Amino acid sequence: MVIKKIQILSLLLIATFSLFARAELQIVVDGGVEEPTHIAVVPFGWDGDNALAEDVSAIIANDLRRSGMFKLMNEEDMLSSPEREDQIFFRDWRISGNDFMLIGSMQPTANGIQATVELFDILTEKKIWSQTIDSAGSDLRDIAHYIADEVFEKITGIRGAFSTKVVYVTVQGLGPARKYRLQMADSDGARAQTILSSNEPILSPTWSRDGKKLAYVSFETSRPAIYIQHLASGKRQKIQSFKGLNGAPAWNPSGTKLAIVLSKDGNPEIYVLDLQTGGLDRMTRHYGIDTEPTWSPDGQSILFTSDRAGRPQIYQINVASRELKRLTFKGSYNSRGRLTQDGRFLTMVHQDSSGYHIAVQDLKTGRLDVLTNSKDDESPTISPNGVVIMYATKSGGRGVLAGVSLDGKIKFTMPNSSGDVREPAWSPFLD
Amino acid sequence: MRDLNLVKAKSVSKLAGVTLAALLIVGCSSSGTVKDTSDATDTTVTTGTDTSSQITSVNSGNVGDLQSVYYFDFDQSVIRSEALNDLSLHAQFLAENSNAAVRLEGHADEQGTREYNIALGERRAQAIEQFFVGRGVNGGQIETISYGEEKPDISGLASKSRRVEIKYTAK
Repeated sequence: MVIKKIQILSLLLIATFSLFARAELQIVVDGGVEEPTHIAVVPFGWDGDNALAEDVSAIIANDLRRSGMFKLMNEEDMLSSPEREDQIFFRDWRISGNDFMLIGSMQPTANGIQATVELFDILTEKKIWSQTIDSAGSDLRDIAHYIADEVFEKITGIRGAFSTKVVYVTVQGLGPARKYRLQMADSDGARAQTILSSNEPILSPTWSRDGKKLAYVSFETSRPAIYIQHLASGKRQKIQSFKGLNGAPAWNPSGTKLAIVLSKDGNPEIYVLDLQTGGLDRMTRHYGIDTEPTWSPDGQSILFTSDRAGRPQIYQINVASRELKRLTFKGSYNSRGRLTQDGRFLTMVHQDSSGYHIAVQDLKTGRLDVLTNSKDDESPTISPNGVVIMYATKSGGRGVLAGVSLDGKIKFTMPNSSGDVREPAWSPFLD
Repeated sequence: MRDLNLVKAKSVSKLAGVTLAALLIVGCSSSGTVKDTSDATDTTVTTGTDTSSQITSVNSGNVGDLQSVYYFDFDQSVIRSEALNDLSLHAQFLAENSNAAVRLEGHADEQGTREYNIALGERRAQAIEQFFVGRGVNGGQIETISYGEEKPDISGLASKSRRVEIKYTAK
C-alpha cells in the first residue's frame, strides 16, 4: 500500500513540479513514467470577438504534459474539435489510443468570461467531471491551473498542486554590486514577481500555513532581522531583533508562533516567539549550534539541526515536555529537515564522501535514502501534496532549482541563465 | 601537501609593513591545518601563512595597516597561530583607545546549509571577540555579525570565504 502510494507519488512528482517551465525557469526531466495516462485536451472553443489573453486549454495541456504522468494527444492528430458532449464520437478517440479527454468552451459574459469544461472516460464513455466557471477575464491563468488540478485529481486520486506558488531568492553579482531578490512565481514559473530587493542578504523565506504571509531574514539594516510580509497588502513588520543571530524563522501550523534562532545568550538557540504576546520561550540550552527549526505538522514538536554530538544531526524536541530525541544517525552530517504533511517522511541535506545530497528518512522505519547524486544540494522543500521535493543545487557553476520525487525516481533541474537561484519554499495549498 | 595560497599573498601585499621576508615565510610555513576530508574539492586550502605585519607599536595611524581579514579552516572557528601577532596589536589598540570600535564580520564557505553557516560565521567572529576581550578590550567596543555563506569572497574560493573581516567603525 505504502509502496504503491510512493509509486504514484513519483509520478506525480512531475505533476507538481512541472510547473516551472516558463521563460526564466525551464524544466529538464530526467527519467519519466513508464506508462503514462493518455489524454486528449481538445482546444477550447471561444465565442468572443477578440483573441483571449491566455490560451487556457494549452496551459492545462502543458501542466499535464510536464507532469510526466500524462501523454497528451497532438492537436494536429485530432479528427474533430468537440466543445460539447453531443459532438463527441467516442470511437474515434478510443481508436487513437486515449484514456481520457477534456473538452471545453468559453463565452463572453456581461462581467467577463465563462468557461465550461467536461472530462470524459473514453472507454466507458462516461462523464467524470464537469464545471462551469465564471471569470472576470483577468485571471485565466488561475482558471487554467485550477482545471489542471481538478483533472489531475480526478484521474490520479491525488490533489493537484498546479495552483500553488513558490518563493525563492535570486542573487546576482559579487562584492559591492551583489543584489539579492526575494521572488514569487506560479508553480509553473510564470508571473514571477519581486517581493523584496536588497543590496544585503535575504534568506530563509518561509510560508505561513494559510499561505497569506511570508517570514524571512533580511540584512537590510546591516544586521540580521526577521520580517513578516503580508502578501496581499505588501505590508511587512520587523519582529523584535536581538544582539547576534536572528534567523531561520518557521511558522507553527496555526500561524500564531514562530520558531526562530537567536544567539543573544551567547550561542545559537531555538526560541519560540508568540506573535500575539511577543513572549519568547527558549527551547534549547546547549553550547553547540542549534538552528534550522521546523515544526511537526501537529505543532507539538520542533525539529532542528544541532552539532551537540560533534557534527550536525537532526533532533526533535517536544514543545511542552522539552523531551529531546535524536532522529538521524546515518552519516556524519544531516541538517535542515522538513517534514511531509503526514509527518512520516523527513527530507534533509545529507553529506557523504561525494558531497551534499537530498535524502529522505522514513521516521516510521528509520530507513534513510539518498535521493540525489549532485554534490551541492540544499534547502529541500516539499510540495503541499507531498510528492515532490524541490531543492537548490548547482549546475554549470550557477545556483539552480531542481526537483526529485520522494522515491528518487524522477529528477528535474531548471536551468538558469543568470545569477543564482536558491532557497525555494513551496507554498501550501492556497485556497 | 601544502599549497601556497596566492590570494592570501595578494592581501598581504596590501600591508604597508610587509617585507620580502614575510612573503617567503608564506611559502615555508610549518604551522598545521586541520583539513576536513570532505573539503577535498577545495584545492586552495590556506595553510599556515604568516601574514603578520612588521608593526610593533600600534596607533590610529597604522592600525589600518594590520591584517584585517583572518581565514579559518573548514568547519572550524579556531584562530590560526599566524594570526596572533596582528590580532594582539588590534587588541592592544582597542584596549588603549576606548573610543575605538570594531565590527567583526564572520563568514563561511558555501559548503553545508545556510543557517548553519550563519552560526558558523558567528562562532568565528566570536572567537576573535573573545581573543580581544581576553586582552583587555571592553566588550562594548566590539560588534559581531555573521553573514554565513551569503557574501562569499570575491575570488569565489572556499578557503577565502571562511573568514572574519575586522572593520573599524571608530578609531
